[in-house]
Amino acid sequence: MAESNSDSNSQIGTVRVKRGLADMLRGGVIMDVVTPDEAKIAEDAGAVAVMALERVPADIRRDGGVARMSDPSMIEAIQQTVTIPVMAKARIGHFAEAQVLESLGVDYVDESEVLTPADEAHHIDKWAFTVPFVCGATNLGEALRRISEGACMIRSKGEAGTGNIVEAVRHLRSILGDIRKLTQADEAELFDWAKQLQAPLGLVQEVAETGALPVPMFCAGGIATPADVSLVMQLGAEAVFVGSGIFKSEDPAPRAKAIVEATTHYRDPAMVAKVSRGLGEAMPGLEIGTLETKLAERGW
Amino acid sequence: MPEDLVAIDGIILPGGESTTISMLLESSGTFEPLSELLSHGLPAFGTCAGMILLSNEVLDGRNDQRSFDRIDIAVRRNAFGRQIASFEKQIDVRGLAEPFQAVFIRSPGVESVGPEVEVLATIELDKEIEIPVLCRQNNILVSSFHPELTDDLRLHQMFLSEL
Repeated sequence: MAESNSDSNSQIGTVRVKRGLADMLRGGVIMDVVTPDEAKIAEDAGAVAVMALERVPADIRRDGGVARMSDPSMIEAIQQTVTIPVMAKARIGHFAEAQVLESLGVDYVDESEVLTPADEAHHIDKWAFTVPFVCGATNLGEALRRISEGACMIRSKGEAGTGNIVEAVRHLRSILGDIRKLTQADEAELFDWAKQLQAPLGLVQEVAETGALPVPMFCAGGIATPADVSLVMQLGAEAVFVGSGIFKSEDPAPRAKAIVEATTHYRDPAMVAKVSRGLGEAMPGLEIGTLETKLAERGW
Repeated sequence: MPEDLVAIDGIILPGGESTTISMLLESSGTFEPLSELLSHGLPAFGTCAGMILLSNEVLDGRNDQRSFDRIDIAVRRNAFGRQIASFEKQIDVRGLAEPFQAVFIRSPGVESVGPEVEVLATIELDKEIEIPVLCRQNNILVSSFHPELTDDLRLHQMFLSEL
């Protein structure tokens, strides 16, 4: 089949095309993988996409040092192994890493706080790219700032690499709670909301009218069990990113499968119970109070 | 779930990841009962992944990927390339007066169609090759693009008129 579409009325990289892939991932699980073998396990378990990276957040946290974009050969090896979409992470503000990832043909770029930020004031101008971006957010203002920069998917940040769901819940509740409040605000109050949220008025008005972000909102950071997935999906997440929670657990393949099943059947406690049986040890968790670095605080 | 299939008049299989959908249909015990209904004439509209699931031949699929074999087309997954090659364009559809804005996301491509299949829309690749993107066989309608990503309901109406 022909490689490219030569027709002149055909457009790539439109907002609809970029947000469209995020729409297609709704209800699914995106899994962090560090090798082609892990990518295969993720695809076999029913992941809708994989995030290719060199170290999962739990290891980044343990090892310290500067965390950067992955080696292109590793990303390519994963692209060759699976047929589902492959995402990869760039550092916050590091548009050159994002350009490299786009040239590799990754399907989504995650401008991620899990890596060491490259710019302490500016995020990447994501409108300048054909590849779509996902960005993390801890609150509604941050989510809308990322969308104003061109993000086509938002994920609540949680606290990556901890196996502790508490921060993900805090961020989801903050974002969705403020959306609910916005829908109750009158026109005059929206100006103040925009100021408080430090977000563009137009986006604030749009959210107030529709009662939802203009892009899909997924959940990340701290998911370790099928019940964790059910919790965040019931709170309003539309899909989940699972990082260390799968491949830092005792037996990754069955856990990966169980997390996929729980994401599909999140409203059915009997089903969540069924898939939760006999999974072995979950990843060891960390108390948020004991952390030296809170990754969620990166990003502005 | 199988109990959700009771008394339905038709089914829409929307976009998503076909390998995942196929796996979950299997593990929830929905594949067999749905396959049974489809073989007894349940109308279906499949878009993108849904097209793959209704086709009789899947190319570049996973070995364990199953399809319902309800429309005589061979479909290649991700035939247009990765996300950066995903596109939208206006297409002409047989039976619709005005063009349709079609959104293609890592779309499957139809490589061959059987004699029973009506091709309702095509796109031209490299000036030479016409690729079918909307096909119908009896009451099975499939598109390689996503009408669910626009507000244009004409294809949904076309499907509903068959019920």
